[in-house]
Amino acid sequence: MLALTTTWPDLLVFITAAALIVVGALGVISLTNPVHSALSLIITLFGVALSFLEQSADFLAAVEIIVYAGAIVVLILFVIMYLGVDRHPHDEVEPLVGQRVFAALGALVTVGGIITLMAKSHWVTGVMSASMNGTSLSSGQGEITQLGQSVFTTYLVAFEVTAALLIIAVLGAVQLARRDRESEVEQ
Amino acid sequence: MNALADPLLSGGVTWAVLLIVLIKVVLAFAVVMIAVMLMVWFERKAISDMQSRIGPQRWGPFGILQTLADGIKLFFKEDIIPAEADRVVFKAAPYLVLIPALVTFSIIPVGGTVTIAGHTVQLQVANPPVGILVMLAMSGLSVYGVMLAGWSSGSKYPLLSSVRASAQMISYEAVLGMTIVTVAMASGSLTTRDIVDAQARGVWHWNLVHLGVVPFVIFLIAITAESNRPPFDVVEAESELVGGYNTEYSSIRFALFFLAEFMNTVTASAMIVTLFLGGPAGWAPHVAYLRWIFPILWFIGKTTALAFTYVWFRGALPRLRYDQVMELGWKRLIPLSLGWLLIVAGFMVKIAYGFAMAAAVIFAGTLLSRAFEIGAQRGPDAVLSPVGDRPVSEENIREYFDDEDDSETPRGEK
Repeated sequence: MLALTTTWPDLLVFITAAALIVVGALGVISLTNPVHSALSLIITLFGVALSFLEQSADFLAAVEIIVYAGAIVVLILFVIMYLGVDRHPHDEVEPLVGQRVFAALGALVTVGGIITLMAKSHWVTGVMSASMNGTSLSSGQGEITQLGQSVFTTYLVAFEVTAALLIIAVLGAVQLARRDRESEVEQ
Repeated sequence: MNALADPLLSGGVTWAVLLIVLIKVVLAFAVVMIAVMLMVWFERKAISDMQSRIGPQRWGPFGILQTLADGIKLFFKEDIIPAEADRVVFKAAPYLVLIPALVTFSIIPVGGTVTIAGHTVQLQVANPPVGILVMLAMSGLSVYGVMLAGWSSGSKYPLLSSVRASAQMISYEAVLGMTIVTVAMASGSLTTRDIVDAQARGVWHWNLVHLGVVPFVIFLIAITAESNRPPFDVVEAESELVGGYNTEYSSIRFALFFLAEFMNTVTASAMIVTLFLGGPAGWAPHVAYLRWIFPILWFIGKTTALAFTYVWFRGALPRLRYDQVMELGWKRLIPLSLGWLLIVAGFMVKIAYGFAMAAAVIFAGTLLSRAFEIGAQRGPDAVLSPVGDRPVSEENIREYFDDEDDSETPRGEK
């Protein structure tokens, strides 16, 4: 699928994006300092954004950077900073016996599953990509218009349910934070 | 709908096109650097005038080369890295602040179009289809520089400052995004070129007037807070935090932070001009060979006026307290920008809907302010108090210290 229609700039961008993704992901799991791991995650996200760009999904690329690199990893860093960085990690102690073996098995099953799905059907979920009437999304300005239309017509229920889910999560977090505080005051 | 918004690239990429793009990039870089140099001088000079001082005067006419002299001085100073610092991150952080500041400028249209060797060239480095979202992405990324600079210094005041900075920048990013949605809705496009073109027909079409003045004011406040400029510079509040996230930095690395800060000011002014003041729009004479230069002059004039506004803010307004900064962002600006977005959307569909939306927003606003009032009346015990509260209650701390003082009774026997 890949090699037939690509030109050499496309290929170059793809290789760069793939390299960024893989190097970043390896960094996340292999670096010992959690802050360095989080930074490595940003490299991966940039790679993903680049590969979105290469497939003319400009809006998705921008959102990837704004939401994931710009907000979520910042929150991850926040948590790491507040909890403090452990400068001497206890790598040799395994809280769960044999967790490494199970982790490797899990990774193998996941990767194998994804590859099987990709080989057998159109994409990971097996559904055609989100589009209006089966035509692919055009790039440029039209892309955002079409994306907006499909989100607010075809996928409206899923969209609103996601919004409700997020609000419930926020309310839950506020409730948990507040209850702790009140019980502390009562002491 | 053409695939690429830039006419230069639509006819295929040849070596000539590549060369033009390269020249644009180099030129933009040089212009930004010179603009920053002038901005630093302008700010120091204007602030001096407001405070009845003379300000820089030694180097060049009116001290205009002072920034250059400071730069050379900083360049030759000793570069110190604290022993507790995380060296890799410490070295990377200044660039993480500088690069987003530079990239943001690339989407700003500084003029109309010119024709070079048969190619129509827009006077902006890039005109990507996602346009203004690039600015949001870059302001999101500049959080990292500040945050990591503070953390990697291995020192507590920079860390406090960086935590403040990241919280503040993330909060005001939401406000910025909401206001940009209003602008994008009115222009029907996200690209900066289209936003500017939509305002080109005269002052009444400028988004400043067209959208009502409210989004402009919100954006001005939000972008001031986003770039940590006074009066929102709680990040480097000297009286509380020594010097902020860059306390431990010296030499050229400090200069990079300084550069990025002023670059952000220039870019923020240019961005407001683009979004609300019509960018390079303005009167131009009907002479063919003069026509291209007037938009650039208009752009420079408007940007300078806004840059002066920033300096004016710094000269006139006292610094806000940290909790006031956050309250302004979350409790005032975000609801206001959301409400205004709904009103504008209503008016765009039908005038009656617009008035209905306005009524609904006023009703919701009244409810919200009543809720804030009730919340504030519940007293300090029910509301998370703003500053200076200990995470461990006073009694527990006292108990702990009493134990230590009282060496006769070991802690276990209590």
